[in-house]
Amino acid sequence: MYEKYTMHEIANKIKEKEVSIKEVLEDVYARIDEVEPKVEAFVSLTREYAYNRAEELQKKLDAGEDIGALGGVPVAIKDNMCMKDTNTTCSSKMLENFVSPYDATVVKKLEQAGAIIIGKTNMDEFAMGSSTATSAFKNTKNPWNLECVPGGSSGGSAAAVASNMGYASLGSDTGGSIRQPAAYCGLVGLKPTYGLVSRFGLVAFGSSLDQIGPFTKNVYDSALMMNVLAGHDEMDTTSVEYTVPDYTKSVGDDVKGLKVGVPTSFFKEGLPEESLQIFNNSVEVLKKLGCEIVEVNLDYAKYALPTYYIIATAEASSNLARYDGIKYGYRAKDFEDLQDIYAKSRTEGFGEEVKRRIMLGTYVLSSGYYDAYYKRAGQVRSLIVNDFKKAFETVDVIALPTTTGAAFKFGEKQSNPIEMYLEDIFTVPVNVAGVPAISIQGGLDKNNMPIGLQFIANNFEEEKLFKVASAYENATDFHKAQANI
Amino acid sequence: MKGCVKFMSKYDEYEVIMGLEVHAELSTKTKIYCGCSTEFGADPNTHCCPICTGMPGVLPVLNKKVVEYAVKMGLATNCEIAKFSKQDRKNYFYPDLPKAYQTSQYDLPLCEHGYVEFMVGDTLKRVGITRIHIEEDAGKLIHDPYTGDTLVDFNRCGVPLIEIVSEPDIHSADEAIGYMQTLKSILEYLEICDCKMQEGSLRCDVNLSVRKKGETKFGTRTETKNLNSFKAIARSIEFEIKRQIDELEAGGEIYQETRRWDDDKGIGYAMRSKEDAHDYRYFPEPDLAPIVLSDEYVNNLKVNLPEMPVARKTRYINEFNLPEYDAEQITNSKYMADFFEKATAVCNNPKLVSNWIMSDISRILNEQEITITEAKFTAEQLGELISLIEKNVISSAIAKKVFEDMAVSGKNPKVIVEEKGLVQVTDEGAIREIVQKVLELNPQSVEDYLAGKEKAMGFLVGQTMKESRGKANPGIVNKLLKEELEKLK
Repeated sequence: MYEKYTMHEIANKIKEKEVSIKEVLEDVYARIDEVEPKVEAFVSLTREYAYNRAEELQKKLDAGEDIGALGGVPVAIKDNMCMKDTNTTCSSKMLENFVSPYDATVVKKLEQAGAIIIGKTNMDEFAMGSSTATSAFKNTKNPWNLECVPGGSSGGSAAAVASNMGYASLGSDTGGSIRQPAAYCGLVGLKPTYGLVSRFGLVAFGSSLDQIGPFTKNVYDSALMMNVLAGHDEMDTTSVEYTVPDYTKSVGDDVKGLKVGVPTSFFKEGLPEESLQIFNNSVEVLKKLGCEIVEVNLDYAKYALPTYYIIATAEASSNLARYDGIKYGYRAKDFEDLQDIYAKSRTEGFGEEVKRRIMLGTYVLSSGYYDAYYKRAGQVRSLIVNDFKKAFETVDVIALPTTTGAAFKFGEKQSNPIEMYLEDIFTVPVNVAGVPAISIQGGLDKNNMPIGLQFIANNFEEEKLFKVASAYENATDFHKAQANI
Repeated sequence: MKGCVKFMSKYDEYEVIMGLEVHAELSTKTKIYCGCSTEFGADPNTHCCPICTGMPGVLPVLNKKVVEYAVKMGLATNCEIAKFSKQDRKNYFYPDLPKAYQTSQYDLPLCEHGYVEFMVGDTLKRVGITRIHIEEDAGKLIHDPYTGDTLVDFNRCGVPLIEIVSEPDIHSADEAIGYMQTLKSILEYLEICDCKMQEGSLRCDVNLSVRKKGETKFGTRTETKNLNSFKAIARSIEFEIKRQIDELEAGGEIYQETRRWDDDKGIGYAMRSKEDAHDYRYFPEPDLAPIVLSDEYVNNLKVNLPEMPVARKTRYINEFNLPEYDAEQITNSKYMADFFEKATAVCNNPKLVSNWIMSDISRILNEQEITITEAKFTAEQLGELISLIEKNVISSAIAKKVFEDMAVSGKNPKVIVEEKGLVQVTDEGAIREIVQKVLELNPQSVEDYLAGKEKAMGFLVGQTMKESRGKANPGIVNKLLKEELEKLK
């Protein structure tokens, strides 16, 4: 009923008491009851918590109190973010029954801003994948075409917002896990600068790469969401002391004279004709808006993918070692001794992709191989960081396709892991460098499936992303297209 | 006897080479990466939280006190302090390690290239310190002998440790003990570790190899882990030296292995061989920023370091005129040195305080198997006791009795003296009566004395003291005895 509204619009309607928080919440859950059986975006719903929150917030509102920028707005979070007394499964059998004893910082921030968490969304197991198909529980469908994947690993969060099951959602992006599903589901997805959003309470995959960010239906909502999420957290010493601006002020800014770098040599090869055409059209739009298009070189970006798969898997092999069947999580039923508990619990509790990456990560850190892989990857990472640093000396933002094409069908790219890893080719350089990037709807392909357009900025220059992304949004109608479900 | 000589020479042909890895738990109030208490002895799993139990999604926040304490130790052991160091993950599976990695420091430790010096017999010994790094302790496994279950107590998880790694400069059990005692003493002086070895807050691993004298290549070394008393360190070293030499003499081979010492049985066992050794897959801890220290920070700690044992010993020799040996013994332990100074402040007689510490106090502590901080009596009480002697309120002999009481009851010496009526008798009339009685009862001794046997005087003094139940002033006793004996001449 209210699904035509964006996040900030519904927040205003609640504030103006045009609609009660409970009505909005009931509406969303009604939508979930209707659509979720087809889309399967959620691992669990938090109805009781949500309705209690709604009542509490409504009371405050009625008493004339400020209930926050997201006051009463139903949002979803990816099931790798801890929420007190609630299951946090990471879509893994390993954590199927794990109930978190504490709240992630982003959960606290959402609550402080008045948002209502309606449920926890499906994902690739431990965020490892690009299709959400490695989930141990269910296959989330792309609301634009149920035969297609929603992308991953934050596929549930993307599919939920794209099918109006919540006004916004949170995902996590280690190598593209927000931007790629945002592209596949026709949404705005932001991967903030590493260190801008606290990771405390985000179940770690690749600690030096992971960032939490929002899925929204437009750029303004993304900026508003970042007003809530960004900022130093004393529980995460990798979060940076930074004065957070009001990001919504950058939305709608004039982009005349903005220098947009295009690394043609990096993406040209291997980009299908149709995708290249759509990207070139996007560049034309930017030109018309007065942006100055500059060719940039990202010489080492082509090495980002192998670099990423070494660093991410190495960190993951250590991060996921705690799931050993001892204190919490899955424990095998029959075991002989301690080694057997470890081996069986982990063999049975983890899926194939997770095991593949743990083995890969263990290998690259092993004595005798460390220098050739992990150390070398760290060195290449520095070169990639420099690549971006150099590029941003001459340009304000870099434009790049988010993916090589639109969402693929279930079963495609799943037989060969390398093919699946190549899905991340345009998104991983950003994580390796730590810089922020946004994916918005760049266009539609011949099947009317959304195609993403990615902008990358220098560290802590999210404002430039919101500026250029909102200008593109205002100049085009693509974002108005919605999944028909 | 020939066999014995041969037996001795076999061991004399070898040189022993040891390096120690010492773990000291830092006495910070909270753990290294979370706000949980570090207190020892709490009920199992009451001092833990999602962070130190490695729940999904948690992140560590470094306790700055840990860095401060480690840097202090580095400065006190002549180390170079790294302006840039980092923390690393040491990966291995064990149920007492909930994250399945220990956060430690690998290639860039906080402190490097230091040394300590100490006396072994009459020789000054210097042992190099390779490095000092910070890390977290693991939990404790508790085996239930009745059910056969193994339970985990996570209270100790995340208690901060420093690991002090020595150069292979140690060549005997005596040197190892001297080194350990020196580190313990420095840790105490810095007040960064409570050094309770029986509680595991100070423990060491001994890396040991032997080689024929003159040989330049190192022998294969073994590592005996987790020794938590001086006795265990010394005995395990003696055991391992003998084992390795016997093995080699018998034509055998030493295997690189980790060993465990059973102090009850006095035997060391092989725990695991090199082949089973973990590949710890160290890599930089991505959840923690590098530790960057300014010159100002390090200098500030340096100038504010407390007086160290060697400086204090020198001061005691100069300021209090203590013999070097006494000064060394007392300053070995900060707590004993503090005790010494407090007692001296009360009675103003450092030599007497020192004598008491070196004799009666050391004996009673040994008997009671406690340290000076656990003693019933205080330094102030000892000071008072000595004052009582100096003011002739009691004799030295009575003071020893009073002290025995103090050591058990913790009562003030004055109270004990009053309660037991031990005030010294200085009334010449009263003492003269006792003296006359003693002379009457010991005619043989009187005769001997008068015949020129001076020794008889000692016996008569003793009898008089005994008769007065020790309360008579010995000076007056001597004087009056001589007077009375003169009369009999």
